[in-house]
Amino acid sequence: MEASQPLLRWRSRRLLSRSLQYLILSVVVVLVFMPIVILIFGALKTRGEFITHPYTPPIPPVWDNLKAILENPNYSFWQMMRNSLLVMLAATSGVVLICSLAAFAFARMEFRYKHLAFSVFTLGLMFPINIAILPVYFVLRQMNLIDNLWGVILVQIAFQLSGNIMILRGFFTAIPSELQDSAYIDGCTAFDFFWRILLPLARPALAAVAALTMIVSWNDLLVPLIVINSDKLWTLQLGTMQFQGQYGQDLALVSAFVALSAVPTVIFYLFAERQIVSGLTAGAIKG
Amino acid sequence: MEHMPARSDALQIRSPAGAVRRLRDNFTIVLFLLPAMILFALFVIYPIFQSIYYSLFDWKGFGPAVDFVGLENFINILSDKVFLMALRNGLFIILFSLVIQLPLSLALAVLVGRDLPGRVIFRTIFFLPYVLSEVITAIMWLFLYNPDPERGFINAVLVLFPGAEAQPWLGNTDTVLLALFVVLTWKYFGFHMLLYLTGLQNIPTEIEEAGRIDGASSIQNFFYITLPLLGSTIRTSVYLSVLGSIQQFILVWIMTKGGPVNASETLATYMYRFGFVRFQLGYGSAVAIYMFLICLTFSLIYLRLTRQPDYLTGI
Repeated sequence: MEASQPLLRWRSRRLLSRSLQYLILSVVVVLVFMPIVILIFGALKTRGEFITHPYTPPIPPVWDNLKAILENPNYSFWQMMRNSLLVMLAATSGVVLICSLAAFAFARMEFRYKHLAFSVFTLGLMFPINIAILPVYFVLRQMNLIDNLWGVILVQIAFQLSGNIMILRGFFTAIPSELQDSAYIDGCTAFDFFWRILLPLARPALAAVAALTMIVSWNDLLVPLIVINSDKLWTLQLGTMQFQGQYGQDLALVSAFVALSAVPTVIFYLFAERQIVSGLTAGAIKG
Repeated sequence: MEHMPARSDALQIRSPAGAVRRLRDNFTIVLFLLPAMILFALFVIYPIFQSIYYSLFDWKGFGPAVDFVGLENFINILSDKVFLMALRNGLFIILFSLVIQLPLSLALAVLVGRDLPGRVIFRTIFFLPYVLSEVITAIMWLFLYNPDPERGFINAVLVLFPGAEAQPWLGNTDTVLLALFVVLTWKYFGFHMLLYLTGLQNIPTEIEEAGRIDGASSIQNFFYITLPLLGSTIRTSVYLSVLGSIQQFILVWIMTKGGPVNASETLATYMYRFGFVRFQLGYGSAVAIYMFLICLTFSLIYLRLTRQPDYLTGI
C-alpha cells in the first residue's frame, strides 16, 4: 500500500493536468465553432427573426431560406456549383498530370540546366497569385481569356505548379532507383515506367496533391473575381460574394447562402482530411 | 540513377545509334517538362517582365502604353502615405502573427500532444477554419463584428460586462487591424498547429523521457528539449506566416476594403485598388514589382540566415 503512494500522487496529478488540457482545448473548440454556429442559426431564421434576434438559436428552425436558395433558379446556386466543379476538376487534373510529369523529370532524369530549371520553378513560390494578379490580368487580356472559365483554370494550374512539383519530386525521389533500372533493362521506355510503375506506386502522393489542389481551386476567389464578368460563369465563391452585396439587407438569406456554399467544402474535408493534411505537411516539412 | 546517363554518354561516343538514343532521351525529357514550362513561362515568368515594362509608363490600360515616365511610378509610390501605411500594416500583421498566433498554435499543439485521447478530433476541428474559404470566413465575421450589440454577437457579449461599451470594431481606425488579426488567427492557427503537431510527432519520446528521468520539470523539458528539436518546423512556420501576411487580400478586401481611411490597407489591397478600381495600370504594376521584391528579398535573407536551403523546396 505504501509503495503505491507516489503512483497514486502521480495519477492524480496526471488526472488534474489532463482535465486542464481538455478544459483549455474545449474553450478553443467553442471559439472555432462560434462563427459557424451563429451563421447556421441565422440561416434557419426568417428575415424578421434575424433582425430582432440575430444570434440566438432558431426555435423552431425555419427551412424556407435554404429551400429558396436550392430551388429558386434566380439565385443560380446550382449553376455556380457547376462552374466551380468544372473549374476544380479541370484544374486538379491539370495540376496532377503536369506536375507529376515535371516532377518525374526532376527526380529521375539527368539533363543539362536541370538545377537552373528547378530554381526557376522555385521562384514561383515568391511570386504568389495575390501578388501576380495584376500582371497576370494583362496576359489574360492579350490572350482573350477574360470572361472565360479556361482563363481561371489555366491561371490556377500555373500558380499551383511550383509547390506541387516540389512535393511530388520529393515522393518520386524516395522510390528506389533499382526499380527504374530493371524496368529499363526489360525494355520499358521512360514514359512506360512513369505511367505504369511510378504513378501507381505514388498514388498516396497524387491523392494528397489532388486533395490540396481541389481545396485551393474551390476556395479561390481572386482569380474568378478578375477573370469572370458574366454572372452565368460565376463560381460559388464569386457568387457568394456577389450575393452578399446584392441581398445584403436580407441577412438571413445571405446566411443561408453562405452556409450552403460551405457544405461541399466541409463534406470534402471530412472525407479527405488525411490526404489534405499529408499534402500540406509534405509540402511544408519534407520538401 | 546516377550511372544511367554516364552509360548513354559512353554509347554516344562509340556508335551513331547511341547518338540517336541520346537525342530521343533529350526529346523525352523535353516532353515531360514542356507542359509545366509553357504554363509557367506564360502565366508566371512572362507577367513579371511585362509588368516591369508597364511599370515604366503612365498607362490607363487602353491602347498601347506610350506615356513613358521612367522610374516615376516607383518614386511616387514611396512618397505615398497610403503605401507606407500598407507597409506598416503588413509589419503589424507579421509581428502579431509571430508573437501571438504562432506561439498560440505551438501551445495548442503541445496541449493536443501525442497521446491525448481524442487528439484526432481536436485536430480535425482546429483545422476546419483553414479549409473554409476566405469569402465564407469574411462574411461570418462581418456578422460577428456588427457594431450594434443587438445584432453583432461580439458586442452583445461585451456589453454584458460592466463598464464595457459596444465598439465598431471594423469601423474604428484604432481597432480595425486588431479585429482583422483576430480573424486571421481564427483561420490560420490550425495550419500552424498542424505543422507543429507533425514536428512533435517526429521527436522520439525517449528523449523527453530521458530528460524527465534526469529530473527536468515539464517546463524545462519543453524549453530545453522539445523547442530546440522543433527548430526546423518553427522556422518553416515563421517563413510561411511572414509570406502569407505580406499578401493578405480577400479577407481584408471583403471586410473593410482597406478602410476606414486606409487604416487596414495592405500591399495587396493597395495594388488592387490602383490596378482594378482606378485602372492606373502602370502604377499598379510598379506596386506589384515592389511586392515581388519584398518577398524575394525576405526569402533570400531568411533562407541564408537560417541556413536551410531545402526550405526553398518546402512550401
